[in-house]
Amino acid sequence: MATRTQNPPPAFGLSHDAFGRLVLIDAEGLRHVGVEPIRGFPISDRERWITIIGGDGREVCCIENLADLPPQTREILEGELAHREFVPEIQRIVNAAMNVDPSQWEVETDRGRTSFLLNSEDDVRRVAPHCYLICDSAGGRYMIRDTRKLDALSRKLLDRYL
Amino acid sequence: MGLDGTNENWSSLAEDQRRQIEASMQPGETVVAWFQPNLTHELRFQTGLVVVTDCHIYSIYAEPHTTRGSDSGSPRIWPLAGGLRARELGGAGILELLTDADRLAFWRYTVSEAPAAHRLAHRFQAALAGKLLDTAEDKQERQAICPSCGGALADEDEVCPTCNAATLRPTASLFRLTQFARPRIGIIFLGLILTLASTAALLVPPYLSMPLIDRVLLPYQRGEAVPPGLLPLYLSGLAAASVLYWLLVWARQYVTAWASERISSDLRNKTYSHLQTLSLEYFGGKRTGDLISRVSSDTDKICNFLAINLIDFMSDVLMIVMTAIILLSLNAKLALVVLTPLPAIIWLVYWVRERLRKGFRQGGKAWADMVSVLADTIPGVRVVKAFAQESREVDRFQQTNVHVVETNDQVNKVWAFFYPMVTLMTDSGLLVVWIFGAYLIANQSVTVGMLQAFLAYMAKFYTKMESMVRMVSATQRAGNAATRIFEILDRVPSVAEPVKAIRPGRLNGRVEFRRVGFRYGSRPVLHDVNLDIAPGEMIGLVGASGSGKSTLINLVCRFYDVADGSIRVDGQDIRSFPVSEYRHNIGIVLQDPFLFYGTVAENISYGKPNATREEIVAAARAARAHEFILRLAEGYDSIVGERGQSLSGGERQRISIARALLIDPRILILDEATSSVDTETERQIQEALDNLIQGRTTIAIAHRLSTLRKADRLVVMDRGRVVEVGPHHELLQHEHGAYTRLHQAQLDMAQGLAAMAN
Repeated sequence: MATRTQNPPPAFGLSHDAFGRLVLIDAEGLRHVGVEPIRGFPISDRERWITIIGGDGREVCCIENLADLPPQTREILEGELAHREFVPEIQRIVNAAMNVDPSQWEVETDRGRTSFLLNSEDDVRRVAPHCYLICDSAGGRYMIRDTRKLDALSRKLLDRYL
Repeated sequence: MGLDGTNENWSSLAEDQRRQIEASMQPGETVVAWFQPNLTHELRFQTGLVVVTDCHIYSIYAEPHTTRGSDSGSPRIWPLAGGLRARELGGAGILELLTDADRLAFWRYTVSEAPAAHRLAHRFQAALAGKLLDTAEDKQERQAICPSCGGALADEDEVCPTCNAATLRPTASLFRLTQFARPRIGIIFLGLILTLASTAALLVPPYLSMPLIDRVLLPYQRGEAVPPGLLPLYLSGLAAASVLYWLLVWARQYVTAWASERISSDLRNKTYSHLQTLSLEYFGGKRTGDLISRVSSDTDKICNFLAINLIDFMSDVLMIVMTAIILLSLNAKLALVVLTPLPAIIWLVYWVRERLRKGFRQGGKAWADMVSVLADTIPGVRVVKAFAQESREVDRFQQTNVHVVETNDQVNKVWAFFYPMVTLMTDSGLLVVWIFGAYLIANQSVTVGMLQAFLAYMAKFYTKMESMVRMVSATQRAGNAATRIFEILDRVPSVAEPVKAIRPGRLNGRVEFRRVGFRYGSRPVLHDVNLDIAPGEMIGLVGASGSGKSTLINLVCRFYDVADGSIRVDGQDIRSFPVSEYRHNIGIVLQDPFLFYGTVAENISYGKPNATREEIVAAARAARAHEFILRLAEGYDSIVGERGQSLSGGERQRISIARALLIDPRILILDEATSSVDTETERQIQEALDNLIQGRTTIAIAHRLSTLRKADRLVVMDRGRVVEVGPHHELLQHEHGAYTRLHQAQLDMAQGLAAMAN
């Protein structure tokens, strides 16, 4: 791949300190404490364009492709990303008030059962075919990976919002 | 255990968790604060409890779970030391217990709990400092702020009335319209009576036709003698019924149209006046066109529904009930046969209604998607062309258009099937009457006249069925319209009026920011801003865009309310003032001034409608606007604004400065007032502004630091925090200061321009 040869993955090391902060040691051996990885395209391209931001809000480095990283660094990075990303996947809709805005939803997610308040159908955003991102009234986000995999009742409840 | 006023609802917590923690406490230990994290370390939903007392921190989760570092059955305990910090981490919050050397523990929670977590961290620090946060100051703060909406709270309100009201929503919007009907109950009742009477009048002719056939026409045919007065009697009866029906319907239409027009007008007024009370936050999230259509066309749809569809529907129902009664009384057997298709039709109506509801909704959405492609790309056509993406946009439009066609096809399919189906049912119903009627006549159990009456009633009956079906879609439409209107009416202003208002009167203009924080949604934009501004002082706000300058002045204007801390003017929290009285003390000059459609004078006196001409002219003079206004064709009476005479940016700006001058505000906000004009115009505006800021507390935002030469102090902001405060020359002495960098950057640019000019 051309991009890979032109921009080799930046040489750096990642670790956690005693506070649980992420520490990055860059090619020059400088320690950046409390850095944060942020995905550039969290929906359309999760594996690429991950930027590491320093504590001062400036970019420390940018990882074009997670696959280019050494496995150990990648594991730490992915662990940190997983730690920061809280978008439960809805697996079943237990209950959703129909025809009422805002509506109270009760759902089963991969993180357990919860309920939230949905302001309006405008907060259900289609990100890919059969894949939806829901933003609740408090700003929390939920994902429905594939509407076809939901059971009939969930689909019926969801239908009004699509 | 000190369960006093410090603990809101301590006793209402999950009882076993509370018990377990109480059991671990030492005698005399006092609960300072508590927090319920609702996620585990693995970000699974589970509620726990973190309690801070005057000497310990306790933590417990509802069910023991097996993860490293998580709390299991019994509470974990740490001594009260170190620091407790709440922050956002990805999509959820994290609360960390830190010492100088490491992190002892952490808890995760969803964004909805973030304010509570911050409050806990705040109280923790206070408890550590040895003071229980139960001082008068804190109490006042707690009363004033609802953690979720930032609205003001009454003394003993634990549940914010604002938030509470927002969750009470309608189930059936149409029924809620009755609240608007109540004031006109008399006229509506009259309309109902007229409906009833006209429906009855409509049913008279078939009834009269029965004896007309049996007693007059058939005997005539058979050549029998008929009493001479009988024919004119029945004929005049038929005529009278028709005339009566005509008169009654006339009256009915007039009365109901009158009433529904009044109801929808009330609805429009109520909606618009409510809309004006809503904060900028609401308008920021809505499209203008959408709000306009809600106030105008949605109310009109409801008016039509009430005046035409609803009345028709009621008369249809009456008609069906009355017809059924008449048919049953004439001949029960025949009536039952006639009415057999009824359940099938009702089922069909229901079936179609579900299909249509879905179809209309999807159709509406598809249409909106298509329109939004237009709204997106037509104003942005320069970008489209510049990047040569015309064909891509055409594709995008075609895709949405295909979607429109698909959804409409579905609706059309249902309609196409439905109408002929109803007709078929009607016809088969009539056929059944003919067959069974013929049989009954042969048996001598009914007369020909009765059969004829049956057929006439039947025809009416089924036409009404059809029109009732049309009612289905009308109800859907009106119901949607009503929902959209109630969506506005149910929205509680997020800048809430205080429960116990303090009248601001004329303020002195001392402004104090106390630990001010603000979030747009979950995105924090201001942190811990502390600033004191003396009366009459001019403050220049500088910093990169996105650093929170505009948010800060929006908070001063109360376009939004602070999320944390408070803003005080003359020592009073600004949330304790009635919003409009407070704003009378504030003058705002914006980057792009908005002029309403109206005369120059009206625009200048917008904030003080009863201003005298003298005041207006004086204000315009001081704003250096007088001369150019006089050069306009009709002077101060020239119409400006949209559709009016066009003015240059500098001219409009000076009118808006005059507008601010006229209300003689104590606090003046200048938001980039000179950034969009050329240097000469800037000089003129600057002169006008120099007059305006005399003796007023002024907060000015400017990108060009030169504009702020008169500022007493400059406040440098960076990513939501105040990083430097001080006069120009003082700030320049910090060699690596933020202000020095900004200043240097502007100098370099000016030199670059000068070099280019040479």
